[in-house]
Formats: sequence, C-alpha cells, structure tokens
Amino acid sequence: MTDVLDLSIADLASQVQKGALTARSVTEAALARIDQTRDLNALLYVARDAALAAADAVDAKRARGEALGKLAGVPIAIKDALCTTDAPTTCASKILTRVGEGNTGGTDPEHGFRPPYDATVVARLRAADAILIGKANMDEFAMGSSGENSAFGPSRNPWDKTRTAGGSSSGSAVAVAAGLALGSLGSDTGGSIRQPAALCGVVGVKPSYGRVSRYGLVAFASSLDQVGPFARDVKSAARLLEVISGRDPLDSTSAELPVGEYEAACSRDVKGLRIGIPEEYFGEGLDPAIAESVRSAIAQLEQAGCTVKPVSLPHTSYGIATYYILATAEASSNLARFDGVRFGLRIETAKSDLTSLYGKTRNAGFGAEVKRRILLGTYVLSAGYYDAYYKKAQRVRTLIKRDFDQVFESVDAIAVPTSPTPAFRFGEKVDNPLAMYLADVFTLPASLAGIAGLSVPCAPTPATASQPSLPVGLQLLGPAFAEERLFSLAAEVERRMGKVPRPPAS
Amino acid sequence: MAITRDNVLHVAKLARLELTETEIDTMQRDLNGILEYVNQLSQLDTSNVPPTTQVAVVAAPFRADVPHVSVPHDLALSQAPRSSSDGFAVPAFVDE
Repeated sequence: MTDVLDLSIADLASQVQKGALTARSVTEAALARIDQTRDLNALLYVARDAALAAADAVDAKRARGEALGKLAGVPIAIKDALCTTDAPTTCASKILTRVGEGNTGGTDPEHGFRPPYDATVVARLRAADAILIGKANMDEFAMGSSGENSAFGPSRNPWDKTRTAGGSSSGSAVAVAAGLALGSLGSDTGGSIRQPAALCGVVGVKPSYGRVSRYGLVAFASSLDQVGPFARDVKSAARLLEVISGRDPLDSTSAELPVGEYEAACSRDVKGLRIGIPEEYFGEGLDPAIAESVRSAIAQLEQAGCTVKPVSLPHTSYGIATYYILATAEASSNLARFDGVRFGLRIETAKSDLTSLYGKTRNAGFGAEVKRRILLGTYVLSAGYYDAYYKKAQRVRTLIKRDFDQVFESVDAIAVPTSPTPAFRFGEKVDNPLAMYLADVFTLPASLAGIAGLSVPCAPTPATASQPSLPVGLQLLGPAFAEERLFSLAAEVERRMGKVPRPPAS
Repeated sequence: MAITRDNVLHVAKLARLELTETEIDTMQRDLNGILEYVNQLSQLDTSNVPPTTQVAVVAAPFRADVPHVSVPHDLALSQAPRSSSDGFAVPAFVDE
C-alpha cells in the first residue's frame, strides 16, 4: 500500500473526507517520520500535542456529519517566520527566544516568542482543516540562501546530507522533500521559496506581490516579501495556493482580485502558449548540467505545442546589486522593532540605560548576516548616501521591471533555471557574503518586478565521481497574477518528467 | 567611497548595535566588498527613470472608521521579558 505521506494533497484530503483515513492516523504517521528524520533538522519545533488535538477535532467534525475542508487532515509545516498562536515563532533567531527573569532560561526555539495571533495564511490553513505539524527551519530572518544562517543549525539536504537545502525557506523544502509533511509554507523575498525548492527537488511557488496576505509574516523587506507553498507535485501546490490567497483587510497590500482556479489550471492544455527564453540566464556561471536539464524541459514544452522564442532581459545582471540595497534598507527599518522591550531577548544589567539595553540585546540576539544587512541597509539610507545608493537602486528597479513588461508583450511566460548550481556543500560560501548572494542571481529580478514565479523539478543532474545525482529546478515566470498559466505549464512539465521520487536519505 | 572604521561605528550607533572590536573589523571589510560590488549601478544612466517604491499596489484602501476589539492588555504584555503592572518595563531614562 502507498504510504499515506506519499499521497497527493487532493488524494489524502479526499480519503479523510470519505473516512477511509482518519486525520489522527495521518498525523501519527507524519510525527513518526519526523522522529525518524531528526538529523535533517527540518523543523525547529514539532507541534505534537497541538497537531494531534487538531486531528482529533477534524475527525470529530466528520463524525458529526459536517463537511470537511479542502485540506482535511493534511500535515503542513510552517516556516518559522509565520506567526502561530499554538507554537513558538523565532525566525530562527536568538532575538526571538524568550529568556526568564534575570536572563535565565535557554535561547532555544522551545523558548521562542509566542505570538498573540495567527498569520492570516495560518488561519486559512486551519479553516481548511489542515494539520499544522511544526515550524520549519530557515535562515535567520529569511536572510540567506543555504539555511546556514539559522541560529539553531542548518537543515540538511535529503538528497545528500553533506549539502545545504538552499534557503531561506530551507526547512519548508526539506519537510516536503523528505515526506514529513505533504505541503509547507515558506516566504520568498528574493528567491527563498524557489531556490530551496529547486535544490530539494520539490515544487515551490512565489506568488505575485499582493496575491497572498503578509499579515503575521515577520517582515524582512515589505515591498518584496510574499508567502507561498511547497509541495511534492504541482497540483498539490496549486491547492495550497488557492487556500491561502486572497484579499485580507489586515494587509493593505493584498490585492482586491479574485483568486484563480489554480488546481483546475493544472489540467489545461498549454498548446499555443508562447515561452520566452532570455539569453541572460544561460551565460557564464551556469552549471552545464543545469543548462542541459532546463533546455530539455523547455524542449518538452515545445513538444506539448508551446512556441519557444529568444527574448532579452538586459538589466538582469543588475538584479543582485539592486536587491541588496533595497532589501537591506527595508530590513534595517523592519528589524528596528527587536529592541528587548516588548518580546524576545533582553540583555541588561542593573546599570543599563535604554541605549545600552538596545545595543547589547540586538548585538547578542542577531547573527552575523543579519547584522551585516542591518548595517548595510542603515548605511544606504543614511544622510549623504541615500541618493547614491537607495534612490539609485529604486530607479534601477524600474528598469528591471520594464524589461519584464516589455518581454510579456510578446510571450506568455519565461522559462529559465531557478538556481545556477545544484545544492552546494556546507561551508562552501558561508564566509563570502557576495558568493552567497550570487546564488540568487536568477530569482531576484522577478522579486523586484513583483511578478509570479514557480520552480518545478526537471531532470536531475547525472551522478559523477564527486557528487550524487541532484535535483534541478525549472523556473517559470509570468506576468503579475498569471499564476494559473504557470500551473498549466508546470503540470505539463511534471506529466512529461514524472513525479520526483522521495530522496534516498528518507 | 570606501567605508571607514568611523563609518561603521556611526552606522552601528544608528542601528543600535553594540559591535565587538572583532566585529567592527569584519563588518568594515564585508561592507566595503559589498559596496564595491553594488557600485556597478552607477554605470547605468537613470536620470530620466522614475524610482519604483512599490509594485502592484494601486492605492491604500479605505475602511470604515469603527471601533473594534484590540489585543487585550495582559496578552500584549505576556511576551515582554520584563513588565511592570501597567506596561513594558524599561530602564529609567530621565535624570533625576
């Protein structure tokens, strides 16, 4: 019999709705798998009791004859940047760990900040009868591309445990790849969903800016952040996005647009769709094995009746510089709220004044990359540098956005690699911030433009003497709010490539 | 325009980060590396390009100005590392 944790979300929810499976048995299976895969460090907190209680509530609801939601009994992992009332929320940072009176108590995720409210996306999952099984590991405050900036140790890639899972939503990708959960939520500011999805061999969706509410997502860069789903197949990701999308009065940037029929779109014919291939994404620095895999996936789309044509996005190479000015500027402002007063860590002595309370708490609570970005962001916003850096980057953002606007006048979607390399080893880039930033070269431009993007697995790299076969992601980009079209294309690729098997390590 | 040690100290003060001596050196080196890289933006002529501050946000929507239930006082204080009976506790900051 198929393991329940290998079912698609629609199949599992339908079994629970029919009573062929209980939410409790599914939750117990997920918890058992979590125990077996502790070495992956995918979750910072396992919501064992809350998950079982939620499962029992779903089963009781069915016993009363009530209709169950679209995610009935489906185990879901939540990135630890999303507020949850029944589980701590730390952003994988020591600054969101609670310490007791007199600074006793540990700085571990179990002692994490307990939010007084649920993020809107979390509330929507609960309302659809999903089971939230735990909080997923991540780079601290979503700043990183490998998971190595987590204050609680990185997640490991289930395809090769000596390699990173990508980031920043590393635990969300690993939880789904290794079958700890059927779906998960992450957040994508510059590639933090798409890149780990590619490196772990799962589907990851970065919705258009405004598609999903950001209420209850701990803010990193507010003009770029979006919440999105991970799943092992395209249709499951589509169902998750349908559940979490839509206007939210608590987020004024959430769009007043109807939610698409993403799941239905997975069965639509892609014949006649025009796919643009920007040369800028296939140049120097791209691993040849990735180039080959992505080109063969594009050829599959061509066989399915899509028209493929070369296009140009000339400002692509400026994406990294633009992003690291704008995102750090926004972060330096957003992270000012961590002050040791209202929540989290507080470092003070009897002699502390307010300034030293702030300075000591923040320096002890934030990790190196977060401090680096706060300092950079403060610098580019400071008197004398604002025009040269911040204002300049905002103007270049316009150029990057115009590149996409122009290309989408003649094509329906763009197909490119998600990441220039497959999963890299721990320590390979950690001491060189710029090398790490380059890992996001293919995902940053779409974030700056606010358009829709997703990563779907294509053929893995061939195994060599120095590395095993590793997952590769095809990144599909579409105009803002064209998610339906991307799901149609991704589902076509998946039908032709086959669903990715579960990795050997799990 | 290279970042000096004084620049780092100034920005750290603005950001309320009490860096250690070692961190000051590391950050000076890292920030210089990053700024050197981002300076490539100066190659682009943007004199006639308007800045983008937000995408996809049409306008700030209005809502009815009616009172609603807010976070209860004790819940708001429940996560504070130190609180006094009626609020968040902070060190004294007015000279007596």
